[in-house]
Amino acid sequence: MAEPKKRRAGADQALPFEKTLVEIEERLSKAQTDEERSAIAAELDKERRKVFESLTPWQRVQLARHPQRPRMLDFTTRILEDFVELHGDRALADDPAMVTGIGRFQGQTVCVVGQQKGTTTDEKLQRNFGMAGPEGYRKALRIFDMAERFGLPLLTFVDTPAAHPGVEAEQHGQGPAIARNLWALTRLRTPVFCAILSEGGSGGALGIAVGDWIAMLEHAIYVICPPERCAEILWRDAERKEIAASAMKVTAYDLKALGVIDSVVGEPPGGAHKDHAGAASILGEEVERFLAGCREGRWKPELRREKYRKMGAWIEDDAETARQAQA
Amino acid sequence: MSFLKRNRFVSRIGRSSNIRAGLWLKCHGCKQVVYHKDVQENQMVCTLCGYHYKIKASQRIDYIVDPGSFQETHANLRAANPLGFEIAELDYSYNAKIEEGRRKSGLNEAIITGFATLENIRTVIGAMEFRFCGASMGSVVGEKFCRAADDAVRERIPLVMICSSGGARMQEGILALMQMAKTADAVHAMNDAGVPYIPILVDPTSGGVYASFAGLGDITIAEPGAYIGFAGKRLIEGALKVKLPDDFQTAEYQYQNGFVDIISPRTELRPLLGRLLRYLSPQERLAAAEA
Repeated sequence: MAEPKKRRAGADQALPFEKTLVEIEERLSKAQTDEERSAIAAELDKERRKVFESLTPWQRVQLARHPQRPRMLDFTTRILEDFVELHGDRALADDPAMVTGIGRFQGQTVCVVGQQKGTTTDEKLQRNFGMAGPEGYRKALRIFDMAERFGLPLLTFVDTPAAHPGVEAEQHGQGPAIARNLWALTRLRTPVFCAILSEGGSGGALGIAVGDWIAMLEHAIYVICPPERCAEILWRDAERKEIAASAMKVTAYDLKALGVIDSVVGEPPGGAHKDHAGAASILGEEVERFLAGCREGRWKPELRREKYRKMGAWIEDDAETARQAQA
Repeated sequence: MSFLKRNRFVSRIGRSSNIRAGLWLKCHGCKQVVYHKDVQENQMVCTLCGYHYKIKASQRIDYIVDPGSFQETHANLRAANPLGFEIAELDYSYNAKIEEGRRKSGLNEAIITGFATLENIRTVIGAMEFRFCGASMGSVVGEKFCRAADDAVRERIPLVMICSSGGARMQEGILALMQMAKTADAVHAMNDAGVPYIPILVDPTSGGVYASFAGLGDITIAEPGAYIGFAGKRLIEGALKVKLPDDFQTAEYQYQNGFVDIISPRTELRPLLGRLLRYLSPQERLAAAEA
């Protein structure tokens, strides 16, 4: 029985602000009577609400990076049937950080692209912590093309701290590879659904995250760069990451307000890492709604382009004011 | 940001050296003392070693287009500080940075766009201004690039964009990241319309700009020695705990790896662009077909 062992690992890996919750959970598991159990469960519920309502942006970053958070394959193996993984960019290599393939969702054939960070140490190393190189982005592009040719909806699952920063990645054109994916995604005629699962980092995330409907898990983050890096660039001090995290507006609710994502997908009580199956089932419902939209012809490439064209905020002075300001 | 240290701006050179201001300057490339006026007349390229100084965006445009033909467009757009990126405890203010950028560059934002003729070929042209927040891409840079592309598509004329950027603008957070998608789509629109798009990558072109519109040219030109790359060199060195060679992520390196068509000295850009635009611009192609 692997289950009890896993739970102990959970206690070890609990984040500082989760400690009280873990204690209550432990008491709940030891409770003798139904009465005791329901009392502790109520207490847990109350405490959980208290903790989660007062999370700071930095604590949310920690939650998004929780080591036990479900990874791409934890979701796709649960919500897809008969997934066939496809490999290789047809030029140079197969990038294990990027998983691509074809599968079925409730009878509907779909193309799938996503980053897999890995769960065990071996898998994490093998998959480079979900940091894909140009080969990964070109493999993804291949699948975008395939989805387009066969008229299949495209589902992407984003879980990456960044595109891989490395010598070979630069040699093989990391920048242009990501650029080409953005170029392709904005104008695919086939509908595109993107889910930000835990950490959406920079161009590495965006390279597979331009679509008709961007769903983001409640405790995921989506950033222009990691808060540590932002603090380092602006203040030459990575330790100011907490300040950076709150200034950068990294949470799902922030991004919804900014119009960058289309929906916030709820997570099971305590976060997706507490209940992988529950998290997958909630995301599955979101995919179901998206595919229903496909059948209704709701997603149109023109609308997707318009959505992106409007993103950002600027001040537009009338020509006269601008002329005076320059004079 | 090592490039900030490596290349100081021309305007500061006189002050930072012991050499009398303005008359002579010590070249950052060959370290020799050269007559300032000679370098100026050579479009701020060292007459001894060919080192390319960083210059103003407006100067870059002047060197390329037909004299007096440039008409600026979309100058009325300016940054809005959408996230309210103001941090009292660190005394940090994005608004102040914008103000500083304006003061240093005399521009509203880090990019200039407009219409011009280049060897009598009507074209949309743009250039990025490094003195304005390191020419980082925020909402205004993204929007102005898209509007320049719209202009090119509407008039069926080429777009030449002199790209230079430290990357996406941190202080606009995720909205800056989204400009990558938006500008990549604007390039797609030009491609669909058969309008040529020629980015010229100058020192430095990096991060989110390289991974969007700077990385999607029909023809990609680079200035000699320019830093061109996605992930910063120091970031990679830090991540891999290695020291990378000097030529890593230079224009020449990107040329060798197949991501740059032509490395052209600044002084030869104008005739080169003239030749390319005569081949590719819709009007010229039409004229050639009729001849």
